[in-house]
Amino acid sequence: MSKKPKNRLDEQIDENLRRVYQTAASEPVPDRFTQLLDQLRKAEGDKPNSEADA
Amino acid sequence: MSDPRDELVTHLPAMRAFALSLARNGAAADDLVQDALVKAWSNFDSFQPGTNMRAWLFTILRNTYYSLHRKRRREVEDPDGVMAGQLSVKPSHDGNLAMRDFQTAFAQLTDEQREALTLVGAEGFSYEEAAEMCECAVGTIKSRTNRARKRLAELMGIDENETFEVTDGKTMAVLSGKPAA
Repeated sequence: MSKKPKNRLDEQIDENLRRVYQTAASEPVPDRFTQLLDQLRKAEGDKPNSEADA
Repeated sequence: MSDPRDELVTHLPAMRAFALSLARNGAAADDLVQDALVKAWSNFDSFQPGTNMRAWLFTILRNTYYSLHRKRRREVEDPDGVMAGQLSVKPSHDGNLAMRDFQTAFAQLTDEQREALTLVGAEGFSYEEAAEMCECAVGTIKSRTNRARKRLAELMGIDENETFEVTDGKTMAVLSGKPAA
C-alpha cells in the first residue's frame, strides 16, 4: 500500500486520527455483543433448515 | 469444522471504533454495532468467502447509520461551518493539542468526511476499497479525505507551516527527537 499524505500536516492529522481510533479499537468489547452472537447462533440452531451445525 | 461467522467477533473492536467515529457517542455507537451485527448475521449469505470481512461489516454498519440518521442529519447539517466555527478549538501556545480537542474538532466534520477519513486515514483501507464501501467514486473519497484534513486543520487553528501533535508522552518524545520521519 502506497498512499502517502501530501504534506507533514496531513501526516500528523492521520497520525492523531490513528491514535484516537486505535484507542477506541482497543477498548474491551462489552459482554452484550458476545452474548448477542451466542443468542443468534442459538436461535439458528433451533431452526430446522440449519445446515452448518455439527 | 469452523464456521466463518466465528470471525465476526474479531471485528467487534474495530466495528465499535468505526461506529464511534460515525455516531460520536458511545451509547449510540454500540446500538449501531448491535443493529449491524444482527443484520450481518441474518444476511451472512451475502458475504463472499475470501473477501474482506471487515469491509463487508463496515459497509453494513455505515448503511445502518445512514438509514437511521438520514433525516436527522439534514436537519443538523452545517455546510457553512457556522456552528462548527463557533466550536473551534485552538491549540495551546506550544502547539500541542489534547486528544479530546482533536476529537472535538473531528466530531465537527460532516458524516461523509468522518467516514472517509476513518476508513482511509485510520483503518487503512485503500481509496478504492473505501469508495466501494461508500458506493461512490474513488475521486469522491479522495476529495472527502482531503477536505476533511483541511477542515480539521482549520478547526484546530493550525496552518501547514505549523506542527501539532496530540498530547502523548511517547510520541512527543519521538517527534521532538526526530522532527521528520
